[in-house]
Amino acid sequence: LGLGLTAQPLLAASLEPNSYEDITSYNNFYEFGTGKDDPARYAGSLKTSPWTVKIDGMVDRPGDYSFDQIMSKMTVEERIYRFRCVEAWSMVVPWNGFELADLLDMAGVQSGAKYVGFETAVRPDEMPGVRARVLDWPYREGLRLDEARHPLTIMATGIYGKPIPNQNGAPLRLVVPWKYGFKSIKSIVRITLTDKEPKTSWNMANAREYGFYSNVNPEVSHPRWSQATERRIGGGLFAKRQDTLMFNGYDEVAPLYKGMDLKTYF
Amino acid sequence: MTARTAPRHPTLSDQINQVLRRVPTWPVYLIAALPPVWLLYSGLTGGLGADPIKALEREMGELGLKLLIASLLVTPLRRFAGINLLRFRRALGLIAFFYIALHLLVWLVLDVQIPSQIIVDIIKRPYVTVGMAGFVLLVPLALTSNNWSIRKLGRRWQNLHKLVYPAILLGAVHFVMLVKGWQVEPLVYLGLCILLVGLRYLPRRRAG
Repeated sequence: LGLGLTAQPLLAASLEPNSYEDITSYNNFYEFGTGKDDPARYAGSLKTSPWTVKIDGMVDRPGDYSFDQIMSKMTVEERIYRFRCVEAWSMVVPWNGFELADLLDMAGVQSGAKYVGFETAVRPDEMPGVRARVLDWPYREGLRLDEARHPLTIMATGIYGKPIPNQNGAPLRLVVPWKYGFKSIKSIVRITLTDKEPKTSWNMANAREYGFYSNVNPEVSHPRWSQATERRIGGGLFAKRQDTLMFNGYDEVAPLYKGMDLKTYF
Repeated sequence: MTARTAPRHPTLSDQINQVLRRVPTWPVYLIAALPPVWLLYSGLTGGLGADPIKALEREMGELGLKLLIASLLVTPLRRFAGINLLRFRRALGLIAFFYIALHLLVWLVLDVQIPSQIIVDIIKRPYVTVGMAGFVLLVPLALTSNNWSIRKLGRRWQNLHKLVYPAILLGAVHFVMLVKGWQVEPLVYLGLCILLVGLRYLPRRRAG
């Protein structure tokens, strides 16, 4: 299956990755504070080894999978993806990771499953931000099963060939490049297969502003700001705004939403 | 100096006031010019991190709000602590306005950039509308922060300058509204602003 990652010459120019410094110093990870520099400052306290991911729900082989156990079975490759935050900024990140579909197959998805729910670790001793109830912890996200199984959807374990830093979601996080960044949940401890749409944190906090799907869509404004354009991080003080692309430029996912009104299912 | 009344020991606030009386106000304006220059320099040389536009925008807005809060602290400090900073209040207010104007300028020129989107944002985005309203209220205050206007307007000057109360509340609400979720820092600012404005409406009690 061709992923078209570098096969789109028009987009090649915009796929120049951001610096490691930018990627690892400008983060939203509210478990460590709401400032962009809080994660880089405080995420060091998160113990990522040992790490286990509970995979439960409608799977054939539920259980606690250790990070090492998972990694021994997965094929890690580099994926250079645009990353578009719902706050209308963007970056390009060279992730290292494996396809989520492979992990799901490891656990064996049962036929009735329709959705995948994810949860981030909650550790008040290691995560100073969870003492404030900015969100209803644990941070939760979810995908429809076909979105989760799409070959573009990965679990990232590295950036620039190095183990992923804590502030970026160590030891493993989701990356769904055609959705707003908050869908790409970090530091995952639980994956649940269900037949019901899982609750997701930002949707629970403010359903009017954050839909379950949250596909990048320049035509659907966030109630508080336009999503038509974005500021590319790394361009300095005088960086020009760029047009935001439908599905963040990943048009190959469009068939997943055939027949759906994306203004309703935003 | 010969004491005309019975000698009494100067209180701490007397001593503070005595020192303050000797401090000229003009250096305050000079010092106030430094943070924007420093921030701009940092932004140009990578000192403001990955997103210097947002950092500059946020920092100028927050400094403006802090100085408005400082200007509203002058009266309660005099009333409840006996410390007199009245001479500095104009400088605090004008510098706050200057910072907030820069905050707006950064938003217009560096952040949103696109004129049509700026207009849409002001009308359609409540947090922008609220922030703009607060700024507009401050304009007549900045324009009349001079001795000539005080003489000319007389009593009306006092009333006009009460506009700072709605303005600071709008500014703090703007901050609460623009962040994602209920964040602590903007709520602390809002609480402080409500307290400072509320103090104005405490009944004044007379001794005896």
